[in-house]
Amino acid sequence: MDIEELFKVVKARFTDDSHGTADKNEIRDVEIPQDLLFKCPRCSNVFYNEEFVNNKKVCPKCNYHARLTWQERLEMTADEGSFIPFDENLHSLNPIGFPRYEEKVHKCAADCNTNEAIVTGECTIRGYRCVIGIMDSHFMMASMGSVVGEKITRAFEYATEKKLPVIMFTASGGARMQEGIVSLMQMAKTSGAVKLHSDAGGLYIAVMTDPTTGGVTASFASLGDITIAEPKVLIGFAGRRVIEDTIRQRLPDDFQSAEFQQDCGFVDMIVERGMMRKRLSNILKLHGFPKERGSKPVKNEE
Amino acid sequence: MNNLSAWERMEIVHNKNRPTVNDYIPAIFTRFMEFHGDRLFGDDAAIIGGIGFLSDVPVTVLAQVKGKTLDENRRTNFSMPHPEGYRKALRLARQAEKFRRPVICLVDTPGAYCGIEAEKRGQGEAIAKNLAEFMTLKTPVISVVLGEGGSGGALALAVCDELAMLSNATYSVISPRGAASILWKDGSKEKEASELLKITAEDLSRFGVCDKIIQEPDGGAQTNPEQTADSIYEYLVDAVARLKTVPTDKLTENRYKKFRKIGMFTE
Repeated sequence: MDIEELFKVVKARFTDDSHGTADKNEIRDVEIPQDLLFKCPRCSNVFYNEEFVNNKKVCPKCNYHARLTWQERLEMTADEGSFIPFDENLHSLNPIGFPRYEEKVHKCAADCNTNEAIVTGECTIRGYRCVIGIMDSHFMMASMGSVVGEKITRAFEYATEKKLPVIMFTASGGARMQEGIVSLMQMAKTSGAVKLHSDAGGLYIAVMTDPTTGGVTASFASLGDITIAEPKVLIGFAGRRVIEDTIRQRLPDDFQSAEFQQDCGFVDMIVERGMMRKRLSNILKLHGFPKERGSKPVKNEE
Repeated sequence: MNNLSAWERMEIVHNKNRPTVNDYIPAIFTRFMEFHGDRLFGDDAAIIGGIGFLSDVPVTVLAQVKGKTLDENRRTNFSMPHPEGYRKALRLARQAEKFRRPVICLVDTPGAYCGIEAEKRGQGEAIAKNLAEFMTLKTPVISVVLGEGGSGGALALAVCDELAMLSNATYSVISPRGAASILWKDGSKEKEASELLKITAEDLSRFGVCDKIIQEPDGGAQTNPEQTADSIYEYLVDAVARLKTVPTDKLTENRYKKFRKIGMFTE
């Protein structure tokens, strides 16, 4: 192998997002029909989509908890019919006149059936009332701009006023570059709202899902009284690629995983999807919140 | 001086003779002494913390340290703090609160450091904690962006009652180079990105982020460091005097409102 070829191989390794150990060389080139099969980005194993979906979009082989739409998360988390949405009519402007930004937001809004990358509201979980926020990475990688920041801030302010606990399912690529400095300020704004909720005695549970990174990790996502993560998800501040470019080394595969973050002391517990409702409602119960109503299990609940 | 492009201002900021906090601190404060360490892990030379007099008022100073030589930059990691730097800053800010000292933050960083150790020690958590804790700190906080205000790494010292910027300083959610490589897969288009991102003091005044622009001498701060230091000093003396008269509850309420209202959307 001449040196140039070697560089190409090394470069390909760097730009390859899959870190699994299965026979990925064979599988990589195979075109997979999106609606029929699921290929796990962690272990590269392939499953029938139906099996994967019935397993709550958890990889049956390696337990990677894949990304969900906000509708899927809501259905898995809240008691049926209990959800009351907040602020569905906030729409982003274009603070720095970024080319084609409004167009992009409109398209995502239509595709994801929500006004922005986070859905907030009030619901009960196994009968316990809370304010809930669900970020959807399918919406511009759930980056945080004006509307995401505003919705989170209002959700915490509402919870402070009503003395309700807050549960945030975080997932984000970070601050939304397309809104310039205005997006950076959402980090301060949301963190301030969390602090006021906390100072008023409010309980905040952050549930970190795939991927929780950048300015969201560096603001409200890291400020929970209790921090939960789903198995195998990516949690970190700087992007893997950025770090690899800075230090000029390849990082270990489990770097910035939920398990890595727990070892480093930043995650209280790792909770499987099937156990999430029970864990969350138990935490609410342990903090003295009343059970408001009976509840029946959601689909596929253990 | 007022019609320079973002790129021209960035070139001034990157001038190797541009004054740093090592020039400004002795020129602005008297009897300054440095305090080290976060009491948790170690001491980060990328952030200087300490106390001194501003005119006749004792203040706490938190400052990001750019070097002028390679040796200095190696020591201060090119002003890219690790989590222990932010945690030292928070420790000293709380101390300032206890002793009712105003906090002066001097911001000058390309960003928080991106590396394995920084991740292991919780760079995200350290920044987040500063944002939350500074928001309700019961003492005046004034931040001055001296050169580069690099994203979350700058914001961690910029949750404040008033934010001032030197007239050529920039403050951005992402470096123009980073933006260019994401947008156009070409980091060399940073000049275009620098205009697109709206990062100058004038831009930030329009967004309600920057409250005061401190004029640099023609050609930039390096042409007359003493004059620049005097301008910063005069601003700080005035700002501290104003903010010290505000009752503490009102002060933190106003601080929250300052950030609370930033955002552009329709309803």
